[in-house]
Parts: sequence; C-alpha cells; structure tokens
Amino acid sequence: MQASAASTTDTAASWPEQIFAILQRFDVRQVPYVPDAGHSLLIQRVLGSSTMRGIPLTTEEEGVALLLGAWTGGQRGVLLMQSSGVGNCINMLSLTQIFRFPFLTLVTMRGEWGEFNPWQVPMGSTTQGAFELSGVKVLRASHRDEVRDVMQAAAAQAYNACTPTAVLLSQRLIGAKDFTK
Amino acid sequence: MSQANLLDRRRVVASLLANRGGALVVGGLGASTNDMAASGDHDRNFYLWGAMGGAVMIGLGLALAQPDLPVVVITGDGDMLMGMGSLATVALQKPTNLSIVVLDNERYGETGGQMSHTAMAADLVGVARACGIADARAISTLAEVEAFAKAIPDLAAGPRFANVKIDAANVERILPTRDGMFILNRLRGSLGFTPI
Repeated sequence: MQASAASTTDTAASWPEQIFAILQRFDVRQVPYVPDAGHSLLIQRVLGSSTMRGIPLTTEEEGVALLLGAWTGGQRGVLLMQSSGVGNCINMLSLTQIFRFPFLTLVTMRGEWGEFNPWQVPMGSTTQGAFELSGVKVLRASHRDEVRDVMQAAAAQAYNACTPTAVLLSQRLIGAKDFTK
Repeated sequence: MSQANLLDRRRVVASLLANRGGALVVGGLGASTNDMAASGDHDRNFYLWGAMGGAVMIGLGLALAQPDLPVVVITGDGDMLMGMGSLATVALQKPTNLSIVVLDNERYGETGGQMSHTAMAADLVGVARACGIADARAISTLAEVEAFAKAIPDLAAGPRFANVKIDAANVERILPTRDGMFILNRLRGSLGFTPI
C-alpha cells in the first residue's frame, strides 16, 4: 500500500487522526497499549473502531509477544506505549529478530524538550539507543506537519518489508507536561 | 526420580494433544517445548526457545486472530510466573478459544532445578481466578487432564486455565526445531497464508 495524495480532510485532521487513518489503511487489527496521555486520542479512536481491537496491557513487553501471535494468526498489529515502557520490552524484542514479523510501535516521548520530571529523563534518553541495539529501526516525528509522512514510511517498511520499526513521537510534538505551574 | 502422586509431564502433554484436531499449540521455552516435540512434531506447533514470560501473550494474539480454532498454550511455572500479568490481560479480552496449561514442577528445571515460587507460596490457579479467568483448575490426576483436554475444542467456553502438578524428574531431551522463520511460516502456511 502507498500513501494516497493528501485530501483536504487529511490535511486538516489532527496528527492522531492521521495516524489512525494510516493504521486503518494498512488493515491493522490488534492494538495493544499501555496508556499515555500523548496516545489518548488515538486510543479513543481505536476503542471506538469496529475493525481494530484495543488491548490494554499490564506491561509493555506483553505487546511485543501479542503482535507475534497476531501475525502468526494472520493479523497485523501496532504497539502503543510511552518511552519509559521501551525498557520493559528489551528481551521480548528478541522475537522481532528471530521471527522477522511486521513489528511496529508508536512511542510517545518523555524526558526531553522541556521535561519537568527528572524520573523520565534516564529512559527517555536511552529510548532510541535501546531500540537500535535491539535491531529495531527508529523514525522520529517532531512537528505535526511531518507526522503523516513519517507514519506512512514506518507502516510501509514494517508491514511490507517486515522491518521492525519504532516511531518516536517527540515531546516537542506532544507538548511537555508541567505540573509545577 | 518420579515422586509419588505427581504426574509425568510427557504423559500429561501426550494426553492434551492426543485429539488436537486443528488446534494451534504454543510451547513455552524449556522443557514444555521438548514435551510437545516428544508428542510428535506438527505444523501447528509453535515452539519457543526464549522470550521467557511471553508464551501466554503469543497465545492471546493467535487466539484473537483465529477465533474459529482452539489455541493452547503449554508452558512451565517459571515462564508463567514471569508473565503473570498476562493472565489479567487475557481475562479482560476473554478469548473463548484459548486454553492455558502450566506444567508446574515447582522448579527452574533448565538451570539446575532451583526452587520456584510455586513450591512454597504462589498459587497460580488462585492468580488466574483472581485475574478473572473463571475456569481455572488445579489438576493432579490424569483423569482431570483428560477432562481438560476434552474441553479444549469448545470454542465458546474459554478462556480456561489449568495448573498441572508434575514431578520434577529430568526426562530425555527431545529437541524441536529452533529456526523461528521455519516455525512461523510452517504454521502460517497451515492456515493458508503465503510468505510475504
């Protein structure tokens, strides 16, 4: 599948809506997630969808194993999580190397770009490196006008080429939390 | 040496798989995969050699994708303890075609037989039930294993969970293939999917 020319509606849509539309176009069926504020709109859309199944997890590595099972049974999936969850996945990411299945994860970043909570910084700083050491290709979207292109490229390489891929949705895009105000 | 009143793991797995029909069977790393191989290799066997804690979740993804086939996860107490949260995830999704069997020897058998949490304290049946899996059975006889095996083809009544107390004897190693792409494509092929 290839990106279609941007329609007027698509251009006006918020970036979570653009992501949802691409996931629909690629016939994604299972959407495991550990909630994050940055993913809340997308999760809402998934839970309201008749073709996708939103699957809340107790810990992120469950989602890696779930996506392997889904593909074994003929379905595509995508794992939604926050950067702190990436560390929980490390050993389970071995599955992406052993089985070369279409693994795609969308990661909302914390611990960068104006972060107020120091506890988010260590894992946020190693998220990209952890993926790359584990054999997962990393793409990043920092501005709303690039989300659709990045997402389209990530979905294409994950689903068409079975190249395990992570999209980092930067804190600059999502907006930094600040509870100190 | 086999202890009195504890089941032999190979007989348990052979009994579970004797009339498997079209079932898809996921084996947790270690001895569980060997037990599956000992019962006969099969296109629809999905063997794990690592990814500890992941067997039940692979079974869940498979069960949701293939609701018209029974999916069985056979794994050990060590793998189940590491992935205990997945029982809560399963209960929430209620995959009625999924059956989970834990072969509980109360040991980490592959690493020198160190005691696991189920030897003294943890009750996995209680965990499964408390997570919301209503059909959760503590099994200690072959008749109970056979009754559970008969329930597996019922696609409407799961998810179901069984913790089977087995003896800690080390049995002959019968190793299945450890080539992931072969295992994956063989199973997908049996479902009619072609390689990418």
